[in-house]
Amino acid sequence: MKHIVILGNGIAGITAARHIRKLSDHKITVISGESEHFFSRTALMYIYMGHMKYEHTKPYEDWFWRKNNIDLKMGWVEQVDFDRRELQFNNGEAINYDQLILATGSNSNKFGWKGQDLKGVQGLYSLQDLELMEQNTQNIERAVIVGGGLIGVEMAEMLHSRNIPVTYLIRESHFWDIVLPDEEASMIDRHLREHHIDLRTNTELLEIIDDGEGKVKAVKTNDNETIPCQFVGLTVGVHPNINLFKYSTLEIDKGILVDELLKTNLPDVYAIGDCAQLKSPSQYRKSIEAVWYVGRKMGETVAKTICGTPTVYNPGVWFNSAKFFDIEYQTYGSVPPYHSSSFYWEHADGKKAMRIVFNENYEVEGVNFMGLRQRHEVWDRWIRDGKTLQYVMEHLTDAHFDPELFRRHEQEIQSKYNGAFPDHQVTIRKKGFLEKILN
Amino acid sequence: MKNLGLTFFLVGLGLFLSLFFMSDYQLSNEDFKSIVKQEHQESLLPEIANILEKPFSNAISFANAIDHAVNTVNEQMRATQQWDQVIYDNYTASLTRAATKGIITEHPTTLFLLIFGLVIGGGVIFSLAGKNSPPGIKNNGIFFNALNNRGWIGILVGTILIAFYILLYFYDAHIMNWIILVDPLQKWINPSATSSQWFLYGFLYTIAVTVMGVRFIMKYRHSKYQIVRTISVMFFQLALAFLLPEILVRLNQPYFDFKNMWPLDYDFFDAWHINMLTSAGGIGIFMFAWGITLFMVGVPVLVYFFGKRWYCSWVCGCGGLAETAGDPFRQLSDKSLRAWKIERYLIHGVLVFAIVMTGAVLYNFISSTNTIFGLDTYTYLRKPYGFMIGSIFSGVVGTGFYPLMGNRVWCRFGCPLAAYLGFIQRFKSRFRITTNGGQCISCGNCSTYCEMGIDVRWYAQRGQNIIRSSCVGCGVCSSVCPRGVLNLENRDEEGRFVKNSFIE
Repeated sequence: MKHIVILGNGIAGITAARHIRKLSDHKITVISGESEHFFSRTALMYIYMGHMKYEHTKPYEDWFWRKNNIDLKMGWVEQVDFDRRELQFNNGEAINYDQLILATGSNSNKFGWKGQDLKGVQGLYSLQDLELMEQNTQNIERAVIVGGGLIGVEMAEMLHSRNIPVTYLIRESHFWDIVLPDEEASMIDRHLREHHIDLRTNTELLEIIDDGEGKVKAVKTNDNETIPCQFVGLTVGVHPNINLFKYSTLEIDKGILVDELLKTNLPDVYAIGDCAQLKSPSQYRKSIEAVWYVGRKMGETVAKTICGTPTVYNPGVWFNSAKFFDIEYQTYGSVPPYHSSSFYWEHADGKKAMRIVFNENYEVEGVNFMGLRQRHEVWDRWIRDGKTLQYVMEHLTDAHFDPELFRRHEQEIQSKYNGAFPDHQVTIRKKGFLEKILN
Repeated sequence: MKNLGLTFFLVGLGLFLSLFFMSDYQLSNEDFKSIVKQEHQESLLPEIANILEKPFSNAISFANAIDHAVNTVNEQMRATQQWDQVIYDNYTASLTRAATKGIITEHPTTLFLLIFGLVIGGGVIFSLAGKNSPPGIKNNGIFFNALNNRGWIGILVGTILIAFYILLYFYDAHIMNWIILVDPLQKWINPSATSSQWFLYGFLYTIAVTVMGVRFIMKYRHSKYQIVRTISVMFFQLALAFLLPEILVRLNQPYFDFKNMWPLDYDFFDAWHINMLTSAGGIGIFMFAWGITLFMVGVPVLVYFFGKRWYCSWVCGCGGLAETAGDPFRQLSDKSLRAWKIERYLIHGVLVFAIVMTGAVLYNFISSTNTIFGLDTYTYLRKPYGFMIGSIFSGVVGTGFYPLMGNRVWCRFGCPLAAYLGFIQRFKSRFRITTNGGQCISCGNCSTYCEMGIDVRWYAQRGQNIIRSSCVGCGVCSSVCPRGVLNLENRDEEGRFVKNSFIE
């Protein structure tokens, strides 16, 4: 029986712990300074919005950990002595490991703006950030958010739920357009404005202005405009949380460098999740992917390796999802914002869309869906099997995942497709009434 | 808009509640003589003489005085073994009704229109207030709200509801003002009838379902599933539960709710009920056959194709109230494993109780006896069931505890029909909630907003379909899911329980 120590109780670390427990009777200790129990980081926004309380965000009841013999240790690790295989806490305690899994997550980016450390200026990643945001947004008149990405739009929604006016500064010409093609990105721009978010595209933050008492009073933009505000959300991305290892023998770059088995350069030390940087990522995948699903997959993989079955990290076809206020987004495969060929359909209401990216052989490489739910396993299979655009158009109804009775759009999409690709027409078939109610 | 509607509603509700206190009670000699049977008048008169023509300021003391008089007479009769003189008739309600004097007897129609106009109008204005905001999930601030999160408003509402149910079931004389209030409507539907506490209850119930149904539709208007489902429960409550039985009575047919069924409708096999139906000619026989076919054939077939939702969240009256009036409380159901264990013992216990009770009652009916194994069926089975399950569990606890334990307390822990539907849903049905690949982020919205206390996330985060006997198919987990993970579906049974391969 070995002692497996996992540093970090996010989705990556906890998945590793659960799977090691499933596969072995090793002693397992999970360390976190952030929270005693595992909670869903992605649900932080809902606590602020009053949709849920903190306890609702815990995916397992508190008795689960003892029942499964997983020790939880709350505390901040100050130093890791890899030679002595020892983690030292800031209160003087220490823990020894036989094998160590680093799952330390991310930190919010700050790009050296003047005033970025003033009171009322913050990012949003941890439970502590949420508590801080709760304090920082009491009785304020306006908030400014900087950075057009997923956390930025979440923050906008959070503040909006408390009727706090939001000015949203985005450096690019549309929301999240380093990921979304123009049409999808514009759809979100419109939707943000529909929710009365004061969206300023092509606008950069220059500095944050002090009120004289160390608190934010206003921000200044590159248009030389001064926007009075009492809160600034800095949501310009995250970077791996590796401060602990800066001066150690652990090999790091942007993140902790790992091989295909998720091993670091040091014996019996692994890194997974946001903090890990793959030395050689697979095609279409990035070396650092700070998303829930990657953390989970890495946790599953590393557990097998540690329990005696060395397993190569194989992330499969990329998928992700998000929700921008009321518009849901799902993506499967690779959809770069700038790509050579794609088929795009948008509903007349401007809130639903679908984009299929294909290569020169008309094989589907990736899809985006806005306001439509689609079946993960079907798209995963189609993309893996290299199905053609014509094939997926023909079988579009197989991937449908919207709730029952929702208006169907397949026929409209297929008609548009037939108009655009007259040489590869598909037949449009309407379901009968009985077929409809019995699926 | 929102505050205006709320104000109207609260003023109407305040008027309704204060009406409880707004009458004087004075029983005249003539009323006494016309209501109390000849043979009881003589024995009752000495005890009631000090009440006659005497003003009372509230219904409770008046009704207690009548009860006291009747009990005194009965004690005397029992003491002197004059068994045939004991009074079993319940005069309290009818005497209280005759004795009521005040604004409610002078202007019943005006009050009816004013109070329910304010309540309904206010409720609808309140519900429509947000119609210009973009459609989407509207749960902002739920856990900061004193109504939705067991705060003081929630406790107050729960207390009022519990008190109302106790009065309704056991003290109808005390709420005579409210019963008289709905008499104009009763007379309009059926001129020869007089409103009872059950007509009052049916009317209030229908208002709750329809007005809060409008609110629910507005809240979930981005989902056609929720809109259609809610229109369905509103229709079944208004047309089949409330209006049709009253119309049948007006046409001299038996009172019958075509959508209610055994074992939820626990008096279906009572001797009086069978006799009432079978002696009412062809239509009565049809009703009897319909009631049996519904639970013997309708349930298995429809649950096989659609899951128990076809009943619990599309048709049922209890479900209808829970889905509409109860929606503000759905997040209060307990999701713990412990609660699930208690749930299984309780609901299946009630089902066994219902089957045993009904079996005994039917045995007595067929064999023309009153006992089974030497025990009196009414005293030891039928009456306790009616009191403990029919009144306390389904009414007082089932609805009174909405603001404390969530809106499906009865459906989850007590309803024997739900248990029966659930067996079929669990073991032989095409229905499931499909988990979409690996997209779950364990956020917990689905579990939080599951009114049945199912820990939906536990299944979704391991890539497994949700197949639970208790799921009523309301579809709210799917509606609140921010990542499009959950979908209610009827598909082939094959693969129903298989875990998908995206999550290990």
